[in-house]
Amino acid sequence: MSTVVQKKGFFPVLWDYLTTVDHKKIAILYLISGGFFFLVGGLEAMVIRIQLAVPDSNFVSAGLYNEILTMHGTTMIFLAAMPLLFAFMNAVVPLQIGARDVAFPFLNSLGFWLFFFGGIFLNLSWFLGGAPDAGWTSYASLSLASEGHGIDFYVLGLQISGAGTLIAGINFLVTIINMRAPGMTYMRMPLFTWSTFVASALILFAFPPLTVGLFLMLFDRMFGANFFDHTMGGNTIIWEHLFWIFGHPEVYILILPAFGIFSEIFATFSRKRLFGYSAMVFATVLIGFLGFMVWVHHMFTVGLGPTANAIFAVATMAIAVPTGVKIFNWMLTMWGGSIKFTTPMLYAVAFIPSFVAGGVTGVMLAVAAADYQYHDTYFVVAHFHYVIIGGVVLGLLAGTHFYWPKMFGTMLNETLGKVTFWLFLIGFHLTFFIQHFLGLMGMPRRIWKYLPNQGLEVGNAISTVGAFFMAAGVLVLIYNIIITQVRNERVGNDPWGDGRTLEWAIASPPPFYNFKQLPLVRGLDPYWIEKMEGNDRMTPAEPIGDIHMPNNSFIPFVMSLGLFIAAFGAMYQVDWRASDGAEYGWAIPVLVIGMLITIGSMAVRSLKDDHGYHVHKEDLEKDDEEGGRL
Amino acid sequence: MATTTGSTSANPKVNYKYRRNKARQEMRAHVTSFAMMIFLTLIAFIMVMSGFDKYYVFPVLLLLAGIQVVLQLYYFMHMSHKGHGAVALFLYSGALVALIVIITFMTIVWW
Repeated sequence: MSTVVQKKGFFPVLWDYLTTVDHKKIAILYLISGGFFFLVGGLEAMVIRIQLAVPDSNFVSAGLYNEILTMHGTTMIFLAAMPLLFAFMNAVVPLQIGARDVAFPFLNSLGFWLFFFGGIFLNLSWFLGGAPDAGWTSYASLSLASEGHGIDFYVLGLQISGAGTLIAGINFLVTIINMRAPGMTYMRMPLFTWSTFVASALILFAFPPLTVGLFLMLFDRMFGANFFDHTMGGNTIIWEHLFWIFGHPEVYILILPAFGIFSEIFATFSRKRLFGYSAMVFATVLIGFLGFMVWVHHMFTVGLGPTANAIFAVATMAIAVPTGVKIFNWMLTMWGGSIKFTTPMLYAVAFIPSFVAGGVTGVMLAVAAADYQYHDTYFVVAHFHYVIIGGVVLGLLAGTHFYWPKMFGTMLNETLGKVTFWLFLIGFHLTFFIQHFLGLMGMPRRIWKYLPNQGLEVGNAISTVGAFFMAAGVLVLIYNIIITQVRNERVGNDPWGDGRTLEWAIASPPPFYNFKQLPLVRGLDPYWIEKMEGNDRMTPAEPIGDIHMPNNSFIPFVMSLGLFIAAFGAMYQVDWRASDGAEYGWAIPVLVIGMLITIGSMAVRSLKDDHGYHVHKEDLEKDDEEGGRL
Repeated sequence: MATTTGSTSANPKVNYKYRRNKARQEMRAHVTSFAMMIFLTLIAFIMVMSGFDKYYVFPVLLLLAGIQVVLQLYYFMHMSHKGHGAVALFLYSGALVALIVIITFMTIVWW
């Protein structure tokens, strides 16, 4: 199989990726586009820090600064962190549960392309009259008053990419419920699969409120409705509720898979079974459940009254309990283990104190009365960067090093990896630790500039220096990726030597059908069990037989492209109506054409049967003789 | 005998007596719940037509509607059968999340 791929030119490869329904290739697409948006968001962060490096700075104008901070938050959450997590979920979860693909390969591809076109649409706002400028939360009282099309780009872009995320979440739920290999019971699933499962359930319940909120916003801004306009009988607070009913579970959607990655890394490099596996599963589910009970803690200062504030304050503090269970279990996993400090393990070890610091400030913020002091200051900025960078981004970087060999069949350079780690970790603490104190000194969040002689200069200067350290770390990582792929030294199925779960039992990267024979799972950490019994491969659970595979399809791309085109029409019909039909007459036709493309491709998909194809037994056996392994 | 499941199975070991018995029980449950649903609907109509106080009628109507949803799900959409655990779990979690949102909106946004 690999010999066929190597002979392909650039365009056949491109076509292969545009039409692929293979979870491993979709993972690579998610990794590349998520990585691209991560760099874009990082660039925006650098502009923010340069602007704030010295007092009374004029590096960027106030309006542009608002756009940059909005796009930094929106890009990092929706277009960088989530797709990068989806990259690892796609690459690893089907392998971990011993499946040949996700339950709906076509939908997997559709989910990716919707996210991709939504993200591109959102970022095109930079070139088409200005980006959104009401913060990533886009509170209605601000965003309804925002001029130009920035907020329209936000609403339509997130609506499209949100649909993709919802599709991906449902796909993982169905996959994990239905496609586990023989013997893979729920309580034998690796922690990364468990956390993907819970995060997908959170996506299922959290994204519909966002969709509703965005629709109401869309009608308010583009079709003359007044859901959030209090002068017309609407209520601006409803947006805040809808946003945070989505927004709080969203941050758990981000952190839970990162917890899962760390759980795998701790067990692998401590060369010990994960301590308290069942407690870890229970804590993951509990965090997911409590995630829906706490959204009002983002709105303590709205004036909802002491009763509401007290209830949500207590619920918020309760989350510290399952999180604490996890922290102690990770530490007890390391205790007595034979620890190897590889790059992923360094990230995992550094994650514990970094994340705990963010958790502790989280409990401080949960004290509703005290929150009136912290609210909208740099203390909050420091808090959520500690949990998101200290938790999610460290998890993503750890996962990149840990799963790189499984995804690409090459090993990232360990020395460069450690350089990245130290630059990034030092830079991270340098940037954000001091921001706690800037916040307590009264520096407001989202501020464009501050005056000299208010005691804010030194802290901000230190913070900016830290940001450059982080940027340097990321540059080293990019260099590392490039030289690794250029050298192209292939590795075997278990390059870390201590793999415990099923994904390390098959070749890196795995053949397109994953498992020639579905493996028999005999307990938690199935590959480790086989290794301990002296087997070099999994016991198969079935004889070699024909494998049913889905056909590649270009339809998901076209379907998403249609919505992308329709979004332009929906947006510019506002100008068409404002100009009494003089200009922008093309807007409504574009809207209709875009929708026709989408609905037409859905019709093609529904009416034309696509039964896929079979990989025949004889070909599988031949593949084996050419050096392929189970 | 109103119902026969028929022999959809090619397996000779299938116990027809057991299956027929099972099908009869199921049919009885169907008819019973269908009768109950008609009855509940009748109560709802009569309650509205006879002009009770609306603060009495609204909650009782919602309660009757809730019972009908449960009957529908369990007796006609087969949630009483085996293998629907995951479906039930997600249904109830979704309902719980929605309920919390509704309660919050009713108490701190609109009230």
